[in-house]
Amino acid sequence: MTLRDLKPGQQGKVTSISTTGAMKRRIMDMGVTPGVEIRVVKVAPLGDPVEVNVRGYELSLRKDEAAQIQVQM
Amino acid sequence: MSITIALAGNPNCGKTTLFNEITGSRQHVGNWPGVTVEKKDGVYKKNKDVVIMDLPGTYSLSPYSAEEIVARDYIVKEKPDAVINIVDGTSIERNLYLTMQIMETRIPMVVAMNMMDEVEGRGDQIDCGGLSKLLGVPVIPIVARTGKGLKELMEAAVSAANRRQRPERPEIFDNQLADAISAIADALGGGDSEENNWKAIKLAENDEIIAKTVPSDKKGAVDELVKAANKAADGDAEAKIADSRYQYIAKLVKECVKRGSKGNNQETKSDKLDKILTNRILALPIFAGIMYLLFACTFSENFLFIPELPSPGVWLAGIVEEAWGFVAEGVVGAVEGLGASEWAVGLVASCLDGVGAVFGFLPLVLVLFLLMSFLEDSGYMARVAFVMDRIFRHFGLSGRSFIPMLMGFGCSVPALMASRTLESDKDRKITMMITPFMSCGAKLPIYAMFAATLFVDSNQTMVVFSIYMLGIIVAILGALILNKFAFKSETSNFIMELPQYRVPTVKSVLIHAWEKVKGFAVKAGTVIFASTVLIWFLSSFNFSGLCDMEESLLASIGNGIKWIFAPLGFGDWRASVGVVTGWIAKENIVATFGQLFGNVSEETVEAVMAGEEALPAITEVFNQVSAYSYMAFNLLCMPCFAAVGAMKREYGSWKWTLRAVGFQMLTAYVVALLINVVGNMIF
Repeated sequence: MTLRDLKPGQQGKVTSISTTGAMKRRIMDMGVTPGVEIRVVKVAPLGDPVEVNVRGYELSLRKDEAAQIQVQM
Repeated sequence: MSITIALAGNPNCGKTTLFNEITGSRQHVGNWPGVTVEKKDGVYKKNKDVVIMDLPGTYSLSPYSAEEIVARDYIVKEKPDAVINIVDGTSIERNLYLTMQIMETRIPMVVAMNMMDEVEGRGDQIDCGGLSKLLGVPVIPIVARTGKGLKELMEAAVSAANRRQRPERPEIFDNQLADAISAIADALGGGDSEENNWKAIKLAENDEIIAKTVPSDKKGAVDELVKAANKAADGDAEAKIADSRYQYIAKLVKECVKRGSKGNNQETKSDKLDKILTNRILALPIFAGIMYLLFACTFSENFLFIPELPSPGVWLAGIVEEAWGFVAEGVVGAVEGLGASEWAVGLVASCLDGVGAVFGFLPLVLVLFLLMSFLEDSGYMARVAFVMDRIFRHFGLSGRSFIPMLMGFGCSVPALMASRTLESDKDRKITMMITPFMSCGAKLPIYAMFAATLFVDSNQTMVVFSIYMLGIIVAILGALILNKFAFKSETSNFIMELPQYRVPTVKSVLIHAWEKVKGFAVKAGTVIFASTVLIWFLSSFNFSGLCDMEESLLASIGNGIKWIFAPLGFGDWRASVGVVTGWIAKENIVATFGQLFGNVSEETVEAVMAGEEALPAITEVFNQVSAYSYMAFNLLCMPCFAAVGAMKREYGSWKWTLRAVGFQMLTAYVVALLINVVGNMIF
């Protein structure tokens, strides 16, 4: 499953990141690396993007971007 | 001998606050060459020999954003004497990621552990001494907002700079990867070995910018070794390196950070506030309310819906305008009293107008940026993007583009300057190109004139409303086209931090607003002043001397260029002159027409501007279709010189300013042409 499938309040462990290039690098630079715990905090009022908590801070990313992050619950 | 110390850190880590505290008001603000990234430097207020360079806030030294490239080029190529790396203690893991990368360059550095008051407030403890030992660089606890620890920080930084003490590169990578990287460094050979080591890491990370700097005779060998490095890292060295850095950081944090009894999942005040501000139901009304206040405080003449009550921005602008009018009148009177010739009086008056044009915008810039920097510093600006992203991504823009575009309906000058808050260089550039398509307040009198004269029998409100809508639609199409063709190589993403809400300090809000006002007055001021005087000269002179506008050089130019506008339906010299005088200020078109079409009185011009009176003589030139085409052209073509000056200030280069103006002129021409052709087919 991917980060996109998690509902607000649910938590998962990142297993891999399937995109490449600038987006992958950006995701990893922001601390979303394999093994890290990630929790979905909420969804934006218009349904996208989502807010997640990772490494003790809040990060927002689009659902399409979240779909590139594989997680394990 | 002066020394240079660079400030590096994540966005929202308190870097700007620290910079303001260290330098006081002695700052110089400009742009880094070629990009719309702000460059700020100043001197340490306690020692003028210490130059402080504020690098753009970045999360990483990757080669993917303009900010990151600027920051790393500065560290690696300009080699400051030392770097102060500001770390937000409340999100220490992510912040130390940049620290790792700065250490990889082996520049002398000091870590400033900021927000220590908040860390303690959460019941957490950071052992700065222990961290310092593990990292091998000084780690100084500070609270930038209150100035606590800054003296010790600066002492440590100056001492690091003087001793030129390079930190050891932390042993982040496993043996295989470390060997692969040092093999690449050896293959690069020659020159500065430190630089080669840094380049080797970057090459292993698949860094295309560094890859281009590898000399062609070494390229083959280096490429092979990079492949080997990838193999050593299970096929993806870039991921492995990022992962290794974070694993190393996790170890540091485990040893040096003690989480308090309150635990990690405890809800902070910021979290509670965020639950309301980005609540699924409340977020949009709150957002609309805040945006309304932002707009109304700056531009509204009926503030908070109270008739005739000016907003702070309008009120201040009125005072400045009146005061300047008084001064200008006095000066012109004095010059006349000295018996100066008519043209000298005219020159003085036009120069005063030019300066007045700059002054008139300052209150709007001031008020908007007091509010904007409050929103930015408080953390709400990131939520604006969070709320609006869904809509704006369809146009290839960021949700933050909403603010400049909204402000564009008031005045393009502060609106263009507001584009600075956008996250990416590409978004800033595109937003600045399309913001003037939002119909500003000064364009309304033009529509009023045509509506009262040519659209008496139609629904005038709909005519004016449709022009506003046209601006919005063209802006959206323009953004799509620019994204597709002009900026296609740059991918946009929305992986963005949502910072903690914080109460901004008065000092930092004031300094930011003052910077904007000063920057506009100085950088944009020259453009505005020079062009105002130039147009005055062209409209009051011909080759035999002073004359009326009808016989001026400008009239000759109007006659010379009118053929260009013929396909748009207004190939008339007076209409052409109107376009040009509109560049001083768009509402000038009405005054120009008043003069050129029947020389009507000033009172009549004012009534025409308000849409209360018609200007029948313009029907000589315009019918409904060509009037609509003319309105559209003036809406979309180059904005007034003040806005061009603001563009120049924000782009930081003439090249981009001219590109934007070219894009706007072309858009205006195409749209007006379409209106004229299609309109004549229908009507």
